[in-house]
Amino acid sequence: MASGKEIRNKIKSVESTRKITKAMEMVAASKMRKAQDRMRAARPYGEKIRRVAGNLSHALTDYSHPFLVTREQVKSVGLITVTSDKGLCGGLNTNVLRLALSRMKEWDAEGKKLQVTAIGNRGFSFMMRAGANIVSHVVAMGDTPHLEKLIGPTKVQLDAYIKGEIDVLYIAYTRFINTMKQEPVIEQLLPLSGELVGSSSRNSWDYLYEPDAKLVIDDLLVRYVEASLYQAVAENMASEQSARMVAMKAASDNAKDVIGELKLVYNKARQASITKELSEIVSGAAAV
Amino acid sequence: MPLRVHVDVVSAEELIYSGETEFAVFPGEAGELGIYPRHTPLLTRVKPGTVRLKIPDRDDFELIYVSGGVLEVQPTLITLLSDTAIRAHDLDEAKSIEAKQRAEEALKNRTTDANYASAEAELAQAVAQLHAIKKLRKRPGS
Repeated sequence: MASGKEIRNKIKSVESTRKITKAMEMVAASKMRKAQDRMRAARPYGEKIRRVAGNLSHALTDYSHPFLVTREQVKSVGLITVTSDKGLCGGLNTNVLRLALSRMKEWDAEGKKLQVTAIGNRGFSFMMRAGANIVSHVVAMGDTPHLEKLIGPTKVQLDAYIKGEIDVLYIAYTRFINTMKQEPVIEQLLPLSGELVGSSSRNSWDYLYEPDAKLVIDDLLVRYVEASLYQAVAENMASEQSARMVAMKAASDNAKDVIGELKLVYNKARQASITKELSEIVSGAAAV
Repeated sequence: MPLRVHVDVVSAEELIYSGETEFAVFPGEAGELGIYPRHTPLLTRVKPGTVRLKIPDRDDFELIYVSGGVLEVQPTLITLLSDTAIRAHDLDEAKSIEAKQRAEEALKNRTTDANYASAEAELAQAVAQLHAIKKLRKRPGS
């Protein structure tokens, strides 16, 4: 059995670990609230731009943008993986990367080429090790997602799509459902599929375009894709903070359990040594 | 009472303004656009500049600075999809080239010659660890 001092030291070290996990839990909780607010703040833009793009697809326009056209043959695929920069958030990144990897293997088996944009350090280093063809990446985004940092790396994929280097673009991220539940998903970003060509009937009017239809539609669709991406990043950050909070809470609870067990062991050891000493004294006295 | 039209000014990061207006001025790409209610449908790009909104029952204009974006006008609804960053074609191009270069540089520094299989093994290990932790936590009396 370990001596009293050893156990005491162990208890101390677990206690300080618990202090850290507790602090991280609280930090994550406060960041989570902010991240959720940001996620909600990004929604109106997404809704508005979806509506405008929907109107646009209804309005009679003779210009069809490549983003709206589904290609018959898919020879190569673009993938954007959204992960967190830091770890210690449970299975968040592992789950989304596992999902991405299974799809990547499918594409590989079908002979489709793949190019990856990695957003977040975890996904980036994973894709590096996986030997994927990384065309762009964003790391160290901090706690607030900024569209500005996403524009360049996204444009690499969008340009490749327009040039025909990729025929379809997917995004993998963790969808925020609630504090306890986050779900890894892969969604198709390009071509913009049926969601836009919605239910409402075909209108017989068209917009006035200034300066001309092509330029405006180009701009709008690029923004639409970026807005979807931004929303995904914002959701991923909210997911990250909640996952971290839950993971750290579990760690703190575990530490508490461990401390309890160690205290029991310590007290037993103390009792045993006292009993031993007593019996030694008593037997010593009896001998005299 | 003068006619009114609903205006939403949104950016990807937040809702900037939402409310009624009697008359609005936008810095359109082809020049200033003054818009009254029941305007014909219009879709245009907006330059960086100031949006002026005449709010009912107020004498002065509400001023909002936008760094460009796309303006959609419907007879009863005006939506300005504002950008959060200064956008220009050249600037976007530069950003994209920079992003590409960074990726290429990072790829050059890739030391290990790994593949999907080893990456999957790595993930499987992480998943196994997570499962183990879950099981340990569920174990009664621990």
